[in-house]
Amino acid sequence: MSDYVITEQLNQQSFTCQQGEFVLKAMENHGLHAIAVGCRGGGCGVCRVKVIAGSYECARMSKAQVSTEQQQQGYALACRLKPTSDLIIECSPSPLAITGITDVATAKPKHTEVIK
Amino acid sequence: MRKGVLRPGHIQLRVLDLEASVQHYVELLGLHETDRDEQGRVYLKAWSEVDKFSLVLREANEPGMDFMAFKVVDDATLETLTADIEAFGLEVTHKAAGDLKDCGRRIQFTAPSGHVFELYAEKTYTGKWGVEETNPEAWPRALRGMKAVRFDHCLLYGDELAKTFDLFVDVLGFYLAEQVIDPDGNRIAQFLTLSMKAHDIAFIQHEEKAKFHHASFFLETWEDILRAADLISMTDTSLDIGPTRHGITHGKTIYFFDPSGNRNEVFAGGDYMYPDHNPITWKAEDLGKAIFYHDRVLNERFLTVLT
Repeated sequence: MSDYVITEQLNQQSFTCQQGEFVLKAMENHGLHAIAVGCRGGGCGVCRVKVIAGSYECARMSKAQVSTEQQQQGYALACRLKPTSDLIIECSPSPLAITGITDVATAKPKHTEVIK
Repeated sequence: MRKGVLRPGHIQLRVLDLEASVQHYVELLGLHETDRDEQGRVYLKAWSEVDKFSLVLREANEPGMDFMAFKVVDDATLETLTADIEAFGLEVTHKAAGDLKDCGRRIQFTAPSGHVFELYAEKTYTGKWGVEETNPEAWPRALRGMKAVRFDHCLLYGDELAKTFDLFVDVLGFYLAEQVIDPDGNRIAQFLTLSMKAHDIAFIQHEEKAKFHHASFFLETWEDILRAADLISMTDTSLDIGPTRHGITHGKTIYFFDPSGNRNEVFAGGDYMYPDHNPITWKAEDLGKAIFYHDRVLNERFLTVLT
C-alpha cells in the first residue's frame, strides 16, 4: 500500500492518503478541514475540487455537480476521488451546492412573500 | 378543510449505485424489497405499512427525488383534485395504472417550489409485513437494521413557499402545524400535515427550486434512535448530525446519508396536532434551536447539503 501526499492549495494543507482511499475520508481521518464535508456520497457537490496536478480515479458522482466535460477538465468530488499519485488540488465547491447559503442562514430569503 | 388526501404514499429517489442503495435501505434501515420492474426500479416498504411499497429506487446519473406521492380516498377524489389543481394553475400529467408496478393511475404536477408530486387512489394492499391481521403479534421477529416502522415525511428545499402553501392548504387540504417566521414576517419554513403527525411534508425556503433535503422513517423510541446511531457507526455510514432532538416537532432524530448522498432521517416521538390547534411559530433568529434543540446552532450542512 502506498501513501500519497494530497496538497490543497488554497488552504495550504497537506495530508497523506492511502492507495484506494477517498481523499475526503483521508482528510477527515487526519482531523483536517481543508475541504468542506457534505454527504460523502458523491451527491451534494460541497466537496468539489479541481485537480491541478497528479493522477487519480473517480467513483461514480452526480453529473449535476460534475458534468462529463468538467470531469475531463479535472473537476471531481473529493469524497469520490482516489489518488494514484501525489495530488495538488484546489477547493471548488459546485455553484449549485452553495446557492442557498445566504438564504436561510441569514434568515433573509430573497423570494418569499409576506404571509397573509 | 379535508379534501380527501389521506397520507404520504411513496417517494421515488434517484441513486448512483442501485445495489449499494438497496443494501443501505434493506440492511441498515430495515426496509423490505417487495418488487423490481422492467425499468430496473426497486420497490421497498417498511414493515408496518399496508400497501405494497413506499420507496422506489431508480439508478440515475444524479441523486435526488423524482417525486413524492400522497394517497387519496378514492378515484372520484382523484378526479375532483385533478380539476382543482388545474384550476389552481398547474399542469397535470397522467400516469397510467401499472406505470409503477401494482399502483393505480397517478396524476403528477409540479408545485411552485419546483418539486414533482403525485396523487393516486389505489395500490396493491399487501398488509403489514410479517404480522397477521387477526390477533397480530407486537412486531415481526425477522426485522433487520434500524427496523424502520414506516416512511413518514419529507423535507424539501425550494422557493415560492407562499404559493406552495396555498396549493397544499387550499387545494390539497393540508394544515399548518409549525412555521418559521423571519423578522419581516416572511414564512421561511412550513411544516404541513394531513393527520395528527407533526408533519407529513415540510418545506424550507431556498433559492434553488426542487431540492431534496431528506426522507424520514419512523422509529418508536429514543432508544431506537440511539441504536440507529450505533448501526451507523458499525456500518461506517456517512453521519450528518445526531442523535439529538428537534425544536420544531420536538421529535428525536438522527440524520445520515445513503450511498449516493441522499439524506435520510430516522425519528421518534414528535408533537401531535389536530386541525383546530394554532400553528406553532419559531422565530428565524432562533433557527438553530428550532432545528437542533440541544446544540442550538445550525450546522452548515443542514442548509447546504442537498440532492
